[in-house]
Amino acid sequence: MRDPRRPVRRLTVAGVLALLLPLLAGCSGDRADTGGVITLRFQSLAWQKESVDATKALVKEWNAGHPAVQVQYVQGSWDTVHDQLLTAFEGGEAPDVIHDASDDLADFAYGGRLADLNALLPERLKRDIPARSWGTTTFGTGVYGVPFLQEPRVLIANTKLLRSSGVRVPTVEQPWSWAEFSQVAKRLSGAGRYGVAWPLKEPVSATLNLGLGAGGRLFARDAGGKAKVEFTAGDAVVPTTIAAQVNTDHSAARATLGMGGSDTLPGFFGGKYAMVPLGFSYRQQIARQAPPGFAWTVLPAPAGSAGLDQGVSPQTLSVAEDSPHKKEAVAFIDFLLTPAHMVRLAGGDWMLPTGTDALKDPALHTTEDGWATGAALAPYLRPAPAQSVRGYPEWKDKVATPALQEYYSGAIDTGELRKRLVQDGNRVLARYQR
Amino acid sequence: MTARTRVLGRAGQYLALLAYLVFLAFPFLWLISTAFKSPRELGSLHPTWIPRHPTLDNFRQAFDEQPLLHAGLNSLIAAVSAALIAVVIATPMAYVMARHRGRLATAATGWVVVSQAFPFVLLIIPLFLVLKNLRAINSVGGLVMVYVVWSLPFALWMLNGYVRAVPAELEEAAAVDGAGRLRTLVSVTAPLLAPGIVATALFAFITAWNEFFFALVLLKSPEKQTLPVVLTHFLGAEGVADLGPLAAAAFLATLPSLVIFALIQKRITGGMLAGAVKS
Repeated sequence: MRDPRRPVRRLTVAGVLALLLPLLAGCSGDRADTGGVITLRFQSLAWQKESVDATKALVKEWNAGHPAVQVQYVQGSWDTVHDQLLTAFEGGEAPDVIHDASDDLADFAYGGRLADLNALLPERLKRDIPARSWGTTTFGTGVYGVPFLQEPRVLIANTKLLRSSGVRVPTVEQPWSWAEFSQVAKRLSGAGRYGVAWPLKEPVSATLNLGLGAGGRLFARDAGGKAKVEFTAGDAVVPTTIAAQVNTDHSAARATLGMGGSDTLPGFFGGKYAMVPLGFSYRQQIARQAPPGFAWTVLPAPAGSAGLDQGVSPQTLSVAEDSPHKKEAVAFIDFLLTPAHMVRLAGGDWMLPTGTDALKDPALHTTEDGWATGAALAPYLRPAPAQSVRGYPEWKDKVATPALQEYYSGAIDTGELRKRLVQDGNRVLARYQR
Repeated sequence: MTARTRVLGRAGQYLALLAYLVFLAFPFLWLISTAFKSPRELGSLHPTWIPRHPTLDNFRQAFDEQPLLHAGLNSLIAAVSAALIAVVIATPMAYVMARHRGRLATAATGWVVVSQAFPFVLLIIPLFLVLKNLRAINSVGGLVMVYVVWSLPFALWMLNGYVRAVPAELEEAAAVDGAGRLRTLVSVTAPLLAPGIVATALFAFITAWNEFFFALVLLKSPEKQTLPVVLTHFLGAEGVADLGPLAAAAFLATLPSLVIFALIQKRITGGMLAGAVKS
């Protein structure tokens, strides 16, 4: 007797095979015959619509003009780039052109994963980008990336509250001192409102990079070139100011200490916070989300003994050491970073270009959305203090982040903060410098 | 115990259950709410559950900016294939482990439990190198291999419970009637195991559908990336996110898992508890 279920079984088996055969065929990866055409893989971390569109358009332009060297655009993510690159390097499968941030490059550069671009970079590009920016991608004697986009930390202020308070509005030429900033924050506080909201979910980079202007460096090198942590009076200015605002003056909101920048925006729009220190690119979100009629202003961060200097970790383009087409990869980077193209990329990300020529573009000097203030701050941007310190990521995660979080919440005092940053920190760094 | 105490006790149980349900449902309901809000409303100091001006713009933007459909198809192919292969391999293995309880079966069961303790990070680089030698990097086939290996231990453990719940006497009766081992397994045991096999397959499907880390590391080409990887493209540096489109895409990505889990949750608990009590 025939089994009535047999046709169903046959169909099931056929379905399974139909699914699996293409899979097994796909196991050969993507090594198609390219017929002499070089294909470069470019992993981009552009993520906002405007910057993705700008980057893809430039890749398209390159591909149209260079039939022998084609670039494949690969979308990466800021959130996962380090782990993903780490694995790709281990397996010899890294992209040819790598988009990252300079503070993520040190271990890859020292580990021989990135190509030294010193001899490959065209003179035009070398001249166009200032030495201070090259400093962010120079490790030892090699240059392991091209810094191309950067953002200062600025104060985004509620224009109406600022004007009605009668305080002096700071400019790049005449910024607030840290003491004056504290006074202004107090004056803007009251009636359920805080003068400032510090989003310190990631407290280390904000503290270190703003500390540069107050004369802090935190990291020093001994005669042998070994990095060590030192906590000077300059290093104490930013953390003590913030801690006093939160715990003594009550001019800074305690609730925002554990927040990211985006989390503070509803309170800022709602008039709960008068000022929010944020990265320059946050203006894009503010412009999109601000309620109708809400006026906001971009102010320079407070200045200290070193003026308006602050540390930055620019976005970078690097070439993998394993890439067989380094020359072509650098040519593509050079194309991507011509002044006009750099302006397009900067506009898409609401950031500043590092290139001197690109920075002159009128589009970056309009007062609209605070572009002019940011552009005026560009000469003051320096390599982040921790930039080339091996072991910095571990020091940041295991020592500095918990210590600063406890300090800002009032759980420990300045002496204990100093002890932890220096003693515990140097123990961590020592392991990387034997 | 008085009737009043019993009623109060029962009311307390229901209240606790309700609180737990609210706790579990809150993130998902908030995700749905966020998916339908405009950027302005997302920046409001006083957020509301029901969007004041519901919009589909986030969905439009999500589809416009990222290849969600294509990524969804990749996820579907990887998850369905992994589930089918895992079940095909795990069923006979589970049968042997359940029916032949010797030292080998005990050791195998122990290994299954221990293998669940290995963290992803520990395995990823050796796995990457193995797949590279097999030329299976950057292919959905390679990813399926990984998913099968990853879901096999749990599938085995689940099916083990189901096999034990099938009375051995039925198989003995089939043997008396002249059926061989394979025939018994195919014609007698497998039909009784069907609900368990389906539940296990669906569990493997959900595991693979939601998996992120292996897919991130193993797939390079944009056209091969799966849905969880594509979702990260809505995130910027320092935790900044394009919240509306991200919520819309995440909501759509969650739906298949939710629907499937709703269908199989009874069977999963049944499988876990099968054979726990001698009847």
